[in-house]
Amino acid sequence: MSLPKSPTPIIRNPGTALDLDWVFAVQANTSAIERRCKSLPARRSVKKENQAAWLLKAISCIDLTTLSGDDTGNRVRRLCQKAKHPVRSDLLHSLGIQPNSITTGAICVYHEMVSAAVSALKGSEIPVAAVSTGFPAGLSPYTFRVGEIGESVKAGAKEIDIVISRRHVLSQNWQALYEEMNDFRDACGEAHVKAILATGELGTLRNVARASLICMMGGADFIKTSTGKEKVNATLPVSLTMTRQIRDYHEKTGYMVGYKPAGGISKAKDAITYLSLIKEELGDRWLYPDLFRFGASSLLGDIERQLEHFTTGHYSADYRHAMG
Amino acid sequence: MKVKEILETMDYGEAPESQDIALEWLKKNNAKFGLFINGNYKSAPRREFFETRNPATGQLLASICQAEQKDVDQAMQSARKAQANWRDIGGNIRAKYLYALARLVQKHARLLAVVETIDNGKPIRESRDVDIPLVARHFYFHAGAAQLMEKEMPQYQPLGVVGQIIPWNFPLLMLAWKIAPALAMGNTVVIKPAEYTSLSALLFSELCTEAGLPDGVLNILTGDGRVGEMIAAHPEADKIAFTGSTDVGRKIRVATAGQRKELTLELGGKSPYIVFDDADIDSAVEGLVDAIWFNQGQVCCAGSRLFVQEGVAQVFHKKLKARIDKLRVGNPLDKSVDIGAIIDPSQRDAISLCVENGLKEGGNLYVGKNKLPATGCFYPPTLITDVDPASPLMQEEIFGPVLTGTTFRTPSEAVALANNTRYGLAASIWTENINLALDIAPQVICGVAWINSTNQFDASAGFGGRRESGFGREGGWEGLYGYVKSCHSPSKPLDKIEAKKGKPVPEKAEIDRTPKLFIGGKQVRPESGYSYPVFSDAGKEIGLVGHGNRKDIRNAVEAASSAKGWGKTTTHLRAQIIFYIAENLSIRKNEFAERISAMTGRGNESATGEVNLAIDRLFTYAAWADKFDGTAHGAPIRGVALAMNEPVGVIGIICPDESPLLGLISLVAPAIAMGNPCVVVPSQPFPLSATDLYQVLETSDLPKGVINLVTAKHNEIIDPLAGHMNVDAFWYFGSSGLSYDVEKISASNVKRTWVNQGLKRDWSDNQEGEGREFLRQATEIKNIWIPFGE
Repeated sequence: MSLPKSPTPIIRNPGTALDLDWVFAVQANTSAIERRCKSLPARRSVKKENQAAWLLKAISCIDLTTLSGDDTGNRVRRLCQKAKHPVRSDLLHSLGIQPNSITTGAICVYHEMVSAAVSALKGSEIPVAAVSTGFPAGLSPYTFRVGEIGESVKAGAKEIDIVISRRHVLSQNWQALYEEMNDFRDACGEAHVKAILATGELGTLRNVARASLICMMGGADFIKTSTGKEKVNATLPVSLTMTRQIRDYHEKTGYMVGYKPAGGISKAKDAITYLSLIKEELGDRWLYPDLFRFGASSLLGDIERQLEHFTTGHYSADYRHAMG
Repeated sequence: MKVKEILETMDYGEAPESQDIALEWLKKNNAKFGLFINGNYKSAPRREFFETRNPATGQLLASICQAEQKDVDQAMQSARKAQANWRDIGGNIRAKYLYALARLVQKHARLLAVVETIDNGKPIRESRDVDIPLVARHFYFHAGAAQLMEKEMPQYQPLGVVGQIIPWNFPLLMLAWKIAPALAMGNTVVIKPAEYTSLSALLFSELCTEAGLPDGVLNILTGDGRVGEMIAAHPEADKIAFTGSTDVGRKIRVATAGQRKELTLELGGKSPYIVFDDADIDSAVEGLVDAIWFNQGQVCCAGSRLFVQEGVAQVFHKKLKARIDKLRVGNPLDKSVDIGAIIDPSQRDAISLCVENGLKEGGNLYVGKNKLPATGCFYPPTLITDVDPASPLMQEEIFGPVLTGTTFRTPSEAVALANNTRYGLAASIWTENINLALDIAPQVICGVAWINSTNQFDASAGFGGRRESGFGREGGWEGLYGYVKSCHSPSKPLDKIEAKKGKPVPEKAEIDRTPKLFIGGKQVRPESGYSYPVFSDAGKEIGLVGHGNRKDIRNAVEAASSAKGWGKTTTHLRAQIIFYIAENLSIRKNEFAERISAMTGRGNESATGEVNLAIDRLFTYAAWADKFDGTAHGAPIRGVALAMNEPVGVIGIICPDESPLLGLISLVAPAIAMGNPCVVVPSQPFPLSATDLYQVLETSDLPKGVINLVTAKHNEIIDPLAGHMNVDAFWYFGSSGLSYDVEKISASNVKRTWVNQGLKRDWSDNQEGEGREFLRQATEIKNIWIPFGE
């Protein structure tokens, strides 16, 4: 039996006109959001085979990522092999899951590594995501940033992770942010676009909420927390804030926008908490890779160890699992 | 279920906490428990036992002994015997015991949590993450309170033996709230847990043994309401502290009347949850989960009345319904359950009946689509919108997971709806506008207000209510004062003071002086049309005063009630006016002294001394008016809990018969300094000092209705004044021994009382006759929780 694919394909979010009344009505009370987040991990506990299943689900939602200055073609190829075979076959077998049926959600690399990834993943259905638009700061010339998207798409990237101009948020220039998002979306064409808000640099949760909404109005397929390069990356309060905006956007427009927390999620337990947050706030439909991704590099390793613990009853060691 | 199937459903599955350790503990005790008296367990065959069950499963957990009168006597006596030593060992040693208890609670945290959950039905997440940590926190805080008592409260001593009666909704937490401050302040305790939930208290008694708590310091009596009655009425108890329903609280008020018992009542509530249109709507929706679906809604301060501003109501209700459907109802031991079992089938039936009857008055019902267990005592989360204020759904405490609500248009309408209730426990206020939040919080009648949050508790901040939610505070410095008395408390019996007798032949005056009452800033004739004469010590008639009756009291209370704006004036203005009263009284010092002399027969020196002291005292409270500051509690949140001193409301005051001027001023000055309008009945035998005051008050810029003076016979006037529903507190210092009547009649609206209990207070003494005790009686502390963070 292979892993369940998404139940029914979603219709891409085409974006909407900029509705500033809606944007300004958005509030985010930090203390209340923190309180919810504090009790959330304790409110939902997932044990035994449910936990194993949830962890497999988490793997299928990982954008296995390498974003280092020393990335090479070979390094990326190795990572792509891991994406295709994220869990040891014997473990999958004992879980009643057919080997080769589970892959990560995507491979995420810089533009220069796209072609290496595409060729390494040939024959699989794993998409290649490219970080783009002057990642991570997003401060290179505008035409370069838009052009970078086109180059990556041409090289075979199916997903583009753009970074927004944080200054537009910090100066409350919502019009500029909206237009930027529109341009990036247009440049992506058929490729799906994930808007990285770099929430650690936006100052307040209210800004996070409003920027989330603007990006969705501008046509983002996903909204994503962080580049992984900011001082603070994905957190539960930021995630709660963003998912609530996704929920409102869906309620008002009918379009489903995906969510990708990125950076700092490295423990299996955290992955379960994030999945339960998505289940609670957005619902089960969002628990598929077309609407939810983890941006992570070391999370997979911890999940593998947990799965071995579940199947054998013994705590595992990292060297027992293939490196990516 | 197989892993691959779960991958399709993404169910949470079951995550039960094991109850083995709890069952083992029950087994160790043979599932049978006696009474904990004087450090020993008392049990005997042929006693009456009752059963305690797990409400989620109906499973029998244990048999528990029903205490009898002789047990209550024995427990009270052992508490009495232990008290002197417990007091004398000092704050530091008491702190060490309380610290040990805090540590033991933490050491046995999981066992306590599981026992609580199987006995009560509350979700293990709550007992584990809320109840038990707060219990430990309470003992830590009060270990510190014991340590500081001698240094920071040198003028105070323990009350003695305290009887405590606690409810079933937070069994161990309420035990901690009750016993920690009592023990810290050097009192000994006889406590009765609720019949449904005795187990955690019995387990706690083992921790006390482990901590080596001296015998008799804490005694635990189990049983039903009969035991509560015996404790409340027991002559050995110096104080009763009760948490529970308003009905029972009222009965305890009556049962303890006139017994020289201090009383703290923490009763029911129907707390408003106000959502303004600029609130973080999603967070406000989530807040309701903690407000009304916390502990199955069986929380006295549950945010059970929802008021949403019209512009956002539709969106809010839609989101709320979606949120309700996500709540997981079921096995309380399951770590992923939000709503556990209702305490008892009878309680569940009562909730159903409330909802059923209430809906006859209108309202739109929404019952959560949550899956309920097939067996056990459960009730689904329920929302009823469009409920009118007149509906019982809006008036009666349902004490279950049922939220009722309506909409409002303006901030003032929100306040009006919020205050349209007999209760006054807590309030939640949601808005992103700090101006609005801090404007509304003081206006809602309650003891606790939470801005952009709900159900926040901490040992450092007082908790308690107003109106029929009871009186007294638990927690914080303010809570400690509920367990001490001043070292200068009166202890000698009152002197009998009789009116002077004589022949009703008036001394001739040049122009007749017509006796009147002083109501609403005007001198008005008594409704009865009767007057009575006042005689001098020599038997001469020296004046007439109006014979005030029920209707005069009605008018006076109405006038006082209309003058509540006095409490909102600046403290500077109040100080100025009280200084001014002193100034004007000083001008007429000789006249007032002569009057006192004439009425009482005391010499000129003594009478002049009384007037001077009265002027001094006015200065004292003019001084206090702008200096009785609130505090900012260091609650463990990123934010602050502001303990604000608010006026109590309308205060009825029956003045001492002795010291006709000083007694009156000693009571009225602190009352008005703290912003309370009052209805004052002067000394019955010597009322002319009060009637002479009319002109002083009239020339002192005092707003009308702030002080209303009704000359009357004390025994006739207590019923209308103490029984009046619009009077918020009642002070009785008369010499007719009517403390019993005052306390009993005040049960009508559970108003705060302060009475002399037949004991004599020396009004000329600055320790007994003035000070912080007077200010505390004249204020209600409201804790406003303000979380920070953007």
